[in-house]
Amino acid sequence: MAKTVTQEFVKGLWAEIPPFRLVLGLCPTLAVTKTVEDGIGMGVATGFVLVCSNLLISMLRNVIPSKVRIACYIIVVATFVTVVELLMQAFTYPLYLSLGIFIPLIVVNCIVLGRAEAFASKNKILPSIADGLGIGIGYTLSLAALGAVREVFGSGTFLGNPVFGPSFQPFTFMVQAPGAFVCLGLMLCLMNLAGKK
Amino acid sequence: MRELAKMVIVLTVLSSLSGGLLAMLREKTQDRIEQQVLEFVKGPAIRKILAGAANDPIADRFTLADGEAKRSFFVGKYDGKPDVVAFETFAGGYGGDVGLIVAVAVDTDQIVGVGVTTHNETPGVGAAVETDVGFIRQFTGLDIASGPKVTKDGGSINAISGATITSRAVCAAVGKAGDLYKRLKPEILKQLKTFSG
Repeated sequence: MAKTVTQEFVKGLWAEIPPFRLVLGLCPTLAVTKTVEDGIGMGVATGFVLVCSNLLISMLRNVIPSKVRIACYIIVVATFVTVVELLMQAFTYPLYLSLGIFIPLIVVNCIVLGRAEAFASKNKILPSIADGLGIGIGYTLSLAALGAVREVFGSGTFLGNPVFGPSFQPFTFMVQAPGAFVCLGLMLCLMNLAGKK
Repeated sequence: MRELAKMVIVLTVLSSLSGGLLAMLREKTQDRIEQQVLEFVKGPAIRKILAGAANDPIADRFTLADGEAKRSFFVGKYDGKPDVVAFETFAGGYGGDVGLIVAVAVDTDQIVGVGVTTHNETPGVGAAVETDVGFIRQFTGLDIASGPKVTKDGGSINAISGATITSRAVCAAVGKAGDLYKRLKPEILKQLKTFSG
């Protein structure tokens, strides 16, 4: 059953890619994927928190008493989220403005807490980092893909550059909340079709 | 009993470490964050109003104590003389406070220009304050102490159609700017002298 570190890393990219395979962390998925840039920003922020919290929780897994483990995880996760928030404010302020409340909300993102509870608390440090890195990169890719579809059709741009001619009428539905649900559903459907043997 | 003690110790140590780390990081990033807020929130409005200034108003700034609060003033140099100050005031609009930058020429006490920085007004209605040049321009050249009002309240400012409350908020913010300016004028003049030459 023991997987190699590489396997732990790779599984986050396809077999357990969030939010498509692990259907978790949908709140930011639906809310911040209006553009590719926001999607990537959110993914990287979540990925950073995942790696750091997985590392620390795995290190402390024999120290943390099981009765108060959730409280300990929340402290660890909240600390790293605040670190991300401060760094974002200091270095990428426009991104911080467009992600807004969803940065502090990473604390309650099920993916982060889910990985801490399901993986890092039972595994050694190296596999835990690999797991966090894999899931984090997988999440970033998913959000970027979702953001790309929504931005291209919803605003006719990709990373802020127009992709269609001036006669293009933006499909505004895509950048609104219902568009996010429809888009996520369709992509999930495609993923399932592709994964079927 | 031992288990209880362990829980308390682990939680305490974890929390204090987290608190210490965050306090340190906050200390380190505070100046940069302030700079970023100035640059991205107030910066665009200030640069637009003081477009003809020879200096960088964001860099040439000073703070004055106004009772409990601290106020930032931005200096605009025209023809080599630092005789325009811009500062921010707030007044309640339809969806929370509307932030307004007011620039005043100190020798005539006339408004050089105003610009909205932050607001949470209804998109498509009150949010037009940000872009409605005709409305904003009405304040230019007024005496700072005149306390402008919208025509509905017996004043001379034409409100943005459908957004009387937002327009009132801008007038109220100008009024507050007038009070603040009157209160601090001697100190403002004193500070401005240090920027000449």
